[in-house]
Parts: sequence; C-alpha cells; structure tokens
Amino acid sequence: MSDTGIGAAVKRREDIRFITGTGRYTDDLEQPGQTCAVFLRSPHARAVIRSIDTAAALAIPGVLAVYTGADLQADGIGDLPCGWLVKSKDGSDMIQPPHPPIAAERVNYVGEPYGMVIAESLPAARDGAEAVAAEFEELPAVVDPAAATKAGQIHDNAPSNRCYDWELGDKAATESAFERADHVTSLDIVNNRLIPNAMEPRAALGCYDAASGDYTLYTTSQNPHLTRLVMAAFVQVAPESRLRVVSPDVGGGFGSKIFIYAEEVAVTWAAGKLRRPVKWRAERSESFLADAHGRDHVTHAELALAADGEMLGLRVRTTANMGAYLSTFASSVPTYLYGTLLAGQYKTPAIYVEVQAVFTNTSPVDAYRGAGRPEATYVVERLVETAARELGMDPAELRRRNFIQPEDFPYETPVALTYDTGDYEASLNRALERIDYAGFPARRAESVARGKRRGLGFSAYIEACGLAPSQVALSLGAGVGLFESAEVRVNVTGSVTVTTGSHSHGQGHETTFAQVVSDRLGIPFENVEVVHGDTARSDYGLGTYGSRSLAVGGSALVKASDKIVAKGKKIVAHVFDTAEDCIDFENGAFSERDSNRSMDFAEVAFAAYVPANYPLDELEPGLSEKAFYDPGNFTYPAGTHICEVEVDADTGKATIVNFVAVDDFGQVVNPMIVEGQVHGGLCQGIGQALCEHGLYDASGQLITGSYLDYCMPRADDVPAFVVDTTVTPCTHNPLGVKGCGEAGAIGATAAVMNALTDALGVKELAMPATSETVWRALAAT
Amino acid sequence: MEVSLTVNGAAHTLDVPDNTLLVELLRERLRLTGTHVGCDTSQCGACVVHMNGRAVKACTVLAGQADGAEVTTIEGIGSPDALHPMQQAFRDCHALQCGFCTPGMIMAAIDLVYTSENLDEQAVREGLEGNLCRCTGYHNIVRAVLAVRDVM
Repeated sequence: MSDTGIGAAVKRREDIRFITGTGRYTDDLEQPGQTCAVFLRSPHARAVIRSIDTAAALAIPGVLAVYTGADLQADGIGDLPCGWLVKSKDGSDMIQPPHPPIAAERVNYVGEPYGMVIAESLPAARDGAEAVAAEFEELPAVVDPAAATKAGQIHDNAPSNRCYDWELGDKAATESAFERADHVTSLDIVNNRLIPNAMEPRAALGCYDAASGDYTLYTTSQNPHLTRLVMAAFVQVAPESRLRVVSPDVGGGFGSKIFIYAEEVAVTWAAGKLRRPVKWRAERSESFLADAHGRDHVTHAELALAADGEMLGLRVRTTANMGAYLSTFASSVPTYLYGTLLAGQYKTPAIYVEVQAVFTNTSPVDAYRGAGRPEATYVVERLVETAARELGMDPAELRRRNFIQPEDFPYETPVALTYDTGDYEASLNRALERIDYAGFPARRAESVARGKRRGLGFSAYIEACGLAPSQVALSLGAGVGLFESAEVRVNVTGSVTVTTGSHSHGQGHETTFAQVVSDRLGIPFENVEVVHGDTARSDYGLGTYGSRSLAVGGSALVKASDKIVAKGKKIVAHVFDTAEDCIDFENGAFSERDSNRSMDFAEVAFAAYVPANYPLDELEPGLSEKAFYDPGNFTYPAGTHICEVEVDADTGKATIVNFVAVDDFGQVVNPMIVEGQVHGGLCQGIGQALCEHGLYDASGQLITGSYLDYCMPRADDVPAFVVDTTVTPCTHNPLGVKGCGEAGAIGATAAVMNALTDALGVKELAMPATSETVWRALAAT
Repeated sequence: MEVSLTVNGAAHTLDVPDNTLLVELLRERLRLTGTHVGCDTSQCGACVVHMNGRAVKACTVLAGQADGAEVTTIEGIGSPDALHPMQQAFRDCHALQCGFCTPGMIMAAIDLVYTSENLDEQAVREGLEGNLCRCTGYHNIVRAVLAVRDVM
C-alpha cells in the first residue's frame, strides 16, 4: 500500500481552505448587482390566505419587489414534486397534494413561504417583509400523527389525511409464526422528530444572464443535478440546458440538503424577473421551520420467539408523519428504506410490516441521516434486547443464536432484500472485546457502590446503502435512476482531472476519490484533481446521500480509470508498433511484454494529444473517458454498537461512559475519514436518544425552534468513542466498499436506549431521554 | 457611525449603520468570509473571532463596540504555508469535515488553550460548549485541542 493509495489515512486536501477561512460557501458568494430576498412565512399552522397587501412594503426605500404565490402561478411555475411513488395495499397510488413553492391560497405549516420581498439590502428586505400585511383565516391544526386520520382534512385530495397505507412481507406466514410462538415481546415506540441542523444554514443565489438567457443557481445542495432536473422538468423555471446549478462548499447536509426547496425555485425565478442576482440565506430560525425534518414515527412492534430464543416472526405497524406536504423523497423513507430493513442481521423467517403515512400541519418530513434505517434498527434492536431480558438470556447470546451466518450469503430476507455478504458475529465479538463485556458486572457494582445506576445496551444494525440498482429503485416507484457518473480527463501533461456526480459536503471526496484514481492509474496523488458540484463541469449524476458516494460514485471512477488504461494500451501499442495485448500496465507504466520498452503515464498522455501517424479509423486522439456505474445490488454495511451509561438517580442525568462501535464497511479507502464519519453519526444518534426533539404544541407552533430550545449535542454531552472495523468486502462493486456515512446514526440510538432501560430496569422509555424523562421513569419504578 | 479598528493587523476606518454587527462588518464590508454565521441566538459559535486577544462571538458584538479594538479572524492566524499550531492540529487530527464550524471552533480553541491551566479532556469538552459541530461528534476536535496543549 502506498502512503496515498487505497487504504491510507491521507490527510484531507480540502482542509487547507477550511482551516484558513478561504472556503467558499453559498453565502460567501457575491455577484455584481446582487439583491437580497426575505421570505414571508406563515405564522399559522393551517390557514386560508385572505389577502396580501404589499403596498406599504413596496414604498420602503430599497424594496424592489414583493412576489406572492399568485405571481409564480401566473408565470407557470409548477409544484414541487415528490420523486418516489409508493402504492397502497389496495394497489392505489399514494396521494400527492399540490405543493406550490410559494403558497397562494392556503398555508399548511408554520414557516411555509407565502411570498418574498426583494430589496437592495438585507435590512431593507427585512423592513419590507415587516410591512407586508397579510390576512389569514385560521383553521384548526392537525398536529398529532397518531390522531391525524380522525382529524380535519388538510388537503382536498387526501381523505383522512392519509398519504398511503403500505405493506410488505407475508402476513399469513407472520400470523402463523405468532400462533406458534412461546413468547411474544411487544413494544410501543415513538421515533422522535428530529431537525437536521447542518451547521451551514441553507442559502441560494439565483442569477440570470439576459444576453444568453441562461440561469445560474448557486445553492446548498447535496445533488445539484437533481435540483436542475426538478427545476427544469417539473417546476419549469428554465429548460435544463439553460440552467446551471452550482453547489460550492456546502456546510453539512445529513439529508436535509437533498431536497428541492421553495427558496431555490423562487430566487432563480425572481432573478429572471428582476434581471438581477437574488440571494437568500436562512436565518437559523428559518432552518428550524423550513428545512425538512426527520424520523417522526409511531410504531407498535411485536417479536415472536421460541422458548430457546429462536426468532420466529416480526410484526410491525407504523404511522409515519409526512408533515404538510410530500418533500422530494419523503414517501420512500418509511417504506423502502424502512420496512425492507426489518430483518436486521437475523434469520427471522416471517416479517410483516404495515406503514400508514399521514399528513399533518407540520414541516415536511424527509430523509435525515440514515433515513428509515435508523427507525428500522430502533424497532428491531429495542425488541431483541427487550426479548432477551424477558427470556432471561444474554442479549449477545440471543443475537448470536439468530444471526445470519457467513455461509448463508447471499441471503434473501423476507422483506425484499438480498444481503450479499457479512460476518455479524465477528463485529459483535470485537465489540464485546473492546468494551470489556466480561468486566461490566464489576463496573456496574462499582457504580452502584457510588449510588449510581449503570446499564449496557447493544445495537446490531444493518443498513442498505449505495443507493442503488436503478432497476430495483424504478420498479419500486423511484422517479429517477440511481447510478453515478464519472469522468477521468487526462490532461496533456499527464495530470488528471476527475469529475464526479457525487457531491462532498464534508465527506472529503477531493481526497478519497483522488486516492482511488491515483491508486488505479499508478500516478501520484498530487496529480489528481477532483471536481464536483457544478452541472456545467460534470455529467448528470445523482449526488450524495444514503452512504452512496464511494460505493457508486467511486465505482464509476474505477470504471472510467480502467477505460483510460485500456485506451492507453492502444496508444502505446501504436507507438511501439506492436499488438495491444502485448502491452502490460502496472504502477503507472505501460510496457511491452518480453521487451525493455515502456512509456510512463505522462508520456502516454502526451502521445494521446500529439497524435503522430494515428490510424484514425482505429484510434482517436485524446485520453478522456466517462463511465456511468449502476450497481447490481445495494451494499449492506452492518456492525455492533455497544453503549454503557451511568445514571445519577437523584437528577436523572445520564452520562455515556463507554461507547464502542465496530462496523463492517467492507474495504476502507481512508480509515481516518471513515472513523470521522462514524464519530459524527454516533453523535447524532446519541443526540436523538438523549436530547433532540422537534416538538410542536397543539396549535402547530414549533416550540423547539432555536438552539435555546432544540438541544443539540455539545462536546460535553458525548464521550470519546472507541471505533473499530471488521471487513467482509462487498461482493459486487470493484472497490469492495459498502459506505460509512450513516452507520453511526443508525446504530447508536438503540444502543443508548437499550443501555438506559437496562440501567433503570424499565421496559420502555421515551426519547429523548432527558434528565427529566429519566428522573420521572425512576420515580415511577 | 464611524468605526476604526485593526483587523488581522490592517487598520480600517469604516462608516457603518449603528446597528451593524461585528460579523457583518467583517463579512460584508471587509469580505472576510471565513467567519461564519450559523445561528441567530448566539449559540453555535461559528462566528467566533478574537477581539483584543479574547474569543468573542462576532454575531453578538456591535461593530461600534469594536471601535479601537484589535480583531483577529481565522484569516489572520496563519496561512497555508505557515499554519497556526491549532490549524495544523485540526488537519492532522481530522477535526473538521464540512468546515463550516471550523473557523469559530479554531478561534475558540486557541483562546481556550492559551488561557486555561490544567486543561484536561473534560475541561476541553466543557470549554467548547459554546461551539456546535454537527459533523465530527467532537471526538477529533478534542484530540486536536489536547494535541496543541501538549506542545505548548
């Protein structure tokens, strides 16, 4: 292994600009003649817009325009679509309510935009927004998802506020498993609503070039090509060929920057109207209201077991809160990213899941780090741990007894997935070792001696990543393919420019993708430059989410690199006047077999662009290759997380004293970056368990709408983590990689809650388990 | 109002509206965009700069309060060729991912290391309570700060 190749902990090249303050985020950009936009946002959870009087706003010096939903409608601006069609049990399509970017007739959640004010300066735009007089007729809000089907109807086309009623699995076989069971463990679970809170608030800068008729949108997106596609094909702001979307440095996404938002549409459209650049940057309070939220499930789940702990069947009934409208991928999260993962790491033969998705007068809910898989893991792993306690079994042993074994792969689950590989016991065993499981009773006794409680909890998670085979996704209702694009351009002097449809917003692709290509081409790491995030510079790609970048985007790079080698061999064969199959490629050099003739990479590049005597019918000049990689299957990262907590019974304060995560991500390209991804995911998973909660009051007002109310995990809320890996290479992509971005957030939450319920000796405990929640739970025992 | 201040060693006199925040002066007037704005309640710490040698949240300081002050931003502590030890440690320890909280985190961490005695891991964690990071889980940030403490 070279010190910069695949497997090396190469320090990130993107760091230099971030640590010196020269990163360029959307809000750092400034265009000549730039104007500022402020959005008018609904103060009500549900209301009819009676009137909007803009006269006073327009009279304020510096205010250039006030646009309302009616203005966009009159200009033919279309609705924001949902990209995944889910069908109900009865075969009917899900209900998709109209979702105008700017509300024109009704508002359905607090924070929904109903207009925008554009001014020469931000203070003038704010003053203008203050001066707009809107009259609303308030309607009773629907807030509680569990009661939504019996509440007032929000959308004309959605009776009972139901979006769909979906099922997966064999109902009869599952019923039969429960009839045969010796023991049934059941839990009522609320997966709390989370607000993603990437540290960079969303921003968008729309530009219009009157000379060419071209639009450019700079935006905080995880997938600029998808933003362009939706804005062109559905919203119809501009034709795809006339719209360039650039995602410059983006300060974290965690899913929330996948989606196509009203503000991006509005500033682009308004730039064309005003013929001036229009910029908007969210205040954090806007982020709380108007970024898509995550999770928010209400579930009843049951696990059927034989007396010896064999898992026989799993039955799950979930109500998923979609919020007021369907965000871009909202419908897929509680279905194909959730129900399909309910087998977990186990051989449970019969599984049946029903998911009812409902509308409420709350912010739209969509993918947030893990997206469906944390919710599935939480259901499965809380059930398994509880079952072990009820059966009096060691939770590690119960898991071991039911694990899919290495010889069982490929393993077809009862919920539509085929796992390609894994070794779940290896991860479990390593985790037990790293946390010193054998020493836990002594540690617990020591805590008790100090008047504290101590508990330990497991989470043996699995996820489906590397989204994904387009054919599978399309057959399940996806509106887009899920391949990835790559281009490897060898420059004349032998340096290489790589473009990718993946997007880095913290993941470090400029480093890891350069490692992959330099390794594959045998050229110095420094000679490979990675370009991403600009529809004008790279081919159509699907962006970054679902831990897909390396598994799909990286594989595309491998394919393109291999094409470069193949073309290089042709060129060298021509130069040496020999047969192509006599040319070998190794460590960046092309050599003729059984001779001492060879050309290095730079020489071949030069020969490609200075094509002397090329047989042009057979050999084109140039050395630049593209690839579109569409995987054969999902990837299946899995692992075991173990959390150990200590609880102060007097205050209810829970402290995580040990946290071990052992993950199998397949091959690892950069272990430093992988560990960092795990750390961040764990922190978010712990945040869900202990402190984060997107909470609405009965009238639909978000009462956790700032950092004073929404508890983000801080440095002293989390421990130093112990992170380790085991490796079973993915069987179906050329790098053998599986993806690591979401694992921490998927595994951690159940581990924390299993540890807490162990410490408290209770079966159920609501998230977030704040000090008050824990104290009350203890008081009730 | 007129504000005179020194930023990263350069003297500036600027005419700004009375309600201008220091962070607005830095970002919009001086185009020092390394200092970020991540919230509106003075909680996240993305805007931390040094004013007269101490860390302040530039979103909570009026430009007028910085009149006569020496301000140092992330752009003023080192360069790609001569990184500040804290910048170097952040890179070496992989203490940043998306980079958005990083300038404020580095400025807060410098203040913490240079003004604290007996800085242990818990003290670092408590000392960074005013800076939110959503990417790193703080693990490597804490490592970076402790690494700088060790070489001081």
